[in-house]
Amino acid sequence: MTEPIIKFDKVVKRFGSHTVLDHLDFEVNPGEMVTIIGPSGSGKSTVLRILMTLEQIQDGVVTVEGEPLWHERKNGDLVPASEKHLRKMREKLGMVFQQFNLFPHMTVLRNLTEAPRQVLGLSKKDATERAEELLERVGLSDQASKFPHQLSGGQQQRVGIARALAMRPKIMLFDEPTSALDPELVGEVLKVIRQLANEHELTMLLVTHEMQFARQVSDRVCFFDKGRIEEQGPPEELFTDPKRERTREFLKAVLDPDA
Amino acid sequence: MLFGYEWDTSAGPLVFAWSILPILLTGVLVTIQAAVLGFGIALVLGLVLAVLKAAPSRLISWPAHGVAEFVRDTPLLIQLFFLYYVLPEYGLLLPAFMTGALALGIQYSAYMAEVYRGGIEAVARGQREAARALNLSSARTFTHVVLPQAIPRIIPALGNYLVSIMKDVPILSVVTVMELLNVAKIIGDRTFNYIVPLSLVGLIYLIMTLIAAGGVRYLDKTLPKKGIALK
Ligand SMILES: Nc1ncnc2c1ncn2[C@@H]1O[C@H](COP(=O)(O)OP(=O)(O)O)[C@@H](O)[C@H]1O
Ligand SMILES: [Mg+2]
Repeated sequence: MTEPIIKFDKVVKRFGSHTVLDHLDFEVNPGEMVTIIGPSGSGKSTVLRILMTLEQIQDGVVTVEGEPLWHERKNGDLVPASEKHLRKMREKLGMVFQQFNLFPHMTVLRNLTEAPRQVLGLSKKDATERAEELLERVGLSDQASKFPHQLSGGQQQRVGIARALAMRPKIMLFDEPTSALDPELVGEVLKVIRQLANEHELTMLLVTHEMQFARQVSDRVCFFDKGRIEEQGPPEELFTDPKRERTREFLKAVLDPDA
Repeated sequence: MLFGYEWDTSAGPLVFAWSILPILLTGVLVTIQAAVLGFGIALVLGLVLAVLKAAPSRLISWPAHGVAEFVRDTPLLIQLFFLYYVLPEYGLLLPAFMTGALALGIQYSAYMAEVYRGGIEAVARGQREAARALNLSSARTFTHVVLPQAIPRIIPALGNYLVSIMKDVPILSVVTVMELLNVAKIIGDRTFNYIVPLSLVGLIYLIMTLIAAGGVRYLDKTLPKKGIALK
C-alpha cells in the first residue's frame, strides 16, 4: 500500500461565514491522474488553490508527501506554517490557471526562466536550455522570443503548462485549463496534458468540464458537489454507471444539455 | 540690468519684451530644474510611501498613512517655510534651490503614493498568484512582476503631476529661488513695467505646459501600442 502523495484530512475552508469545504477527506496517490468534475461553485478550484497555498484552511490538515502543508511540526505539535515552510512545500507543486496568468511584460522564454533562475538558482544557460526543451515538448519552439499577447489562447496556455513544468514539480494542478479557450484551441492544450498523463511521472489533479477527455485520461474521477465528494471512481464506472442521483443529474445535464 | 543682461524700455513693449527674454530664460531654466528635481524626489519618495502604506504591519503602515495625510492636508508654503527656516536650526543648511525642490518633492510624494497604489492594485490578482505558485519571493514579485505592469499605466498620471509641479515652482520665490516668476517680478520692480514681463511669464508657462501635455498624450498613445500598458 503506497502512501498518498496528497491527503486532505477533515479540511474545513470558509470564506467569512460561508463554508466551502466542510470536513473534506480526499487522497491522491503518487503518479495518479485525478479529474475533478462538478457544478460551478462546488469548491473544485478551492481544493487546488489550497494545495498551491493560495488559500488558507480553517481546520483539518492537508499533507503533501506525508508533510503537513499549512502546518509545521514543532515539539510534536502542529503549528501554522511559516513562510519558509510554505516555500519549501510549494516546490513540490505547479499550477496551470484558467486565465493562463502569464507575465505579459516578459517574453515566452523569460516567463519560463524567471522562476528557475530566481528560485532554483539555475544559471541563465541552464534555465534557457530547460525552457527550450519544454517549449519543444509543448510544440512552441519557434515562439520563445514572442510576448504572450502575440500568441493565441491555446499557445498561451501551453506556455503556462511549460512554465509550471520548468520548476520540476511532482504534482501538477490544472484549474479548468481550457475553459477560457475558443473551442478550436482546446484540442492542442488537451494533447499536451494527455502527453503528461501518459508519462506517469507526475501526479496530476485536473479540474475540467471536458468530460470526454476526463474519461479517456483519468485514473479516477471525483464528482464534487457542495464542497463534498459526492461520488468517485474509475472513469468508466462513474460515467456509465453512476451510483448517486446527483451524479446522474449532473452528467445528464453536461453530456446532453439539450435533452 | 540683471544677470549681466541689459533691458531696453525706450522703444515700446515689443523691444522691451525682446530685451528681457534672455533674462527670463535663465529663470525658465531654474523653474525646469526645480520641477524636474522635485519630480524625481517625489517619484522615489512616493514609491517608498506607497510601499510603506501597504505594509502588512500596522506599526509601519499607520505612521506612513499619517505622514502622507499630514503632507497632503497642509499647504506647500508651510512645508517650504518649515524646511527653510527650521532645518537650519538643526544644522541642516541646504541652498534655497535644494530646499525648494525638496519641499515640492515631499508634497507631491504624498499624491504620487496614491497614484502608485492605484497602479499596483490594478495589476490582476492572477499575476501575484502565478508568481506565488512559482515560488518567487514577495520582493521579486513586487519589483519584477507587479511594478513593471503598474508603471506603464500610471505614466500619464505621473506626467500630469510633472505639469502641476512646474506650476507650483513660483512658490519657491518666497525663499529667494530665482525661478521664472521671481525674475519677472524683479524686472518689474526695477523698470516699473510689470505687464510685459508678467505676460511673458504667462506665455512661457502656456508653452511649457502645452509641450508637457503633448508629451503625456504621446505616451498615452504609444505605450499601449508597444504592448506595455495592458488592456
Ligand atoms: N475569495 C473568495 N471569497 C469569497 N468566496 C469565495 C472566494 N473564492 C471562492 N468563493 C466561494 O467558494 C465557493 C467555491 O468556489 P470555487 O472553489 O471557486 O468553486 P468551483 O471552482 O467549483 O466553481 C463558491 O461558492 C465561491 O463563491
Ligand atoms: Mg473554479
